[in-house]
Amino acid sequence: MSTQALNPAGGGDTPDFYVREEEHHEEGGSTLLGFWIYLMSDCLIFAVLFATYAVLGHNYAGGPGQRQLFELPLIALNTSMLLLSSITYGFAMLAMEKNRTAQVQGWLAITGLFGLGFLGIELYEFSHLIMEGHGPWSSGFLSSFFTLVGTHGLHVTFGTIWLVTLMVQVAQKGLIPANRRRLMCLSLFWHFLDVIWIGVFTVVYLMGVLS
Amino acid sequence: MSSDTNTTAHGHDHDEHGGASHGTFRSYMTGFILSVILTAIPFWIVMSDAIANHTIAALTILGFALVQVIVHMIYFLHMDTKSEGGWNMLALIFTIILLVIAVSGSIWVMYHLDTNMMPMTPVEASNLP
Repeated sequence: MSTQALNPAGGGDTPDFYVREEEHHEEGGSTLLGFWIYLMSDCLIFAVLFATYAVLGHNYAGGPGQRQLFELPLIALNTSMLLLSSITYGFAMLAMEKNRTAQVQGWLAITGLFGLGFLGIELYEFSHLIMEGHGPWSSGFLSSFFTLVGTHGLHVTFGTIWLVTLMVQVAQKGLIPANRRRLMCLSLFWHFLDVIWIGVFTVVYLMGVLS
Repeated sequence: MSSDTNTTAHGHDHDEHGGASHGTFRSYMTGFILSVILTAIPFWIVMSDAIANHTIAALTILGFALVQVIVHMIYFLHMDTKSEGGWNMLALIFTIILLVIAVSGSIWVMYHLDTNMMPMTPVEASNLP
């Protein structure tokens, strides 16, 4: 029997097919690495959407192109919103290291407001486009545009919901280790969204207006 | 996370520093100011049409974007080769390889598919039955 082959001493104990003593890990010790790997997989989603936009971005189906539709001052405002929210989240993290709960909450609130500002401007841009009859169904360009930018906007939406959730948790339980870990995960998420936005405003808006 | 830190550093102190380094006020501000500059220049190039040749302009703003992504990675995401025992960097490099293959491959293949199609202007295409 295989048991005997594995356990030649024949001590009668059940053979060890797996490692019983797991290496000791701090609770949540590998959360940040896991979250980073999630972000990398998210990055691949955006890579595919960028590739789709690069392929379909010039198929206008006789309709208007980037140059006619995009308003760069609005995009500049949007970009500054996201950039400012990045630095205010950084300040929240610095306050967290100094154990200043009130400061953390304050900076998180400001970050959330910038996030909402970004979303408001983006929704205004989208509704404006759709009202003028340039919805995602109009052309390959607009389909891929709405998918790419909309997916980013959806991420910001969920990031904002997560941020509010964490504010409630910090208010209730303070800066306990679990909350610190969650804040660090959201920090990665939030800064990652800003990195994606760099790609969006460069490839979609700026290069679109140039073409 | 390296096994040394696991055995030597116990308690909450370790949990707070989950293998990734934190920023300081100085590093966040450096990152922010660099980002503002690296964002403002591409917008200025496009909005004022500073570079007449659009191919060169496009390549320039792509270059600025690349630098800004690296600035964000270093100053905001605190990436370095040591965080999480190098696994962060490894995952990032792997992702970048996949990203380059997916994006450049799609553009390359679809561009060639496009050139091999029957020549047609958008007007002709929209007049198709």
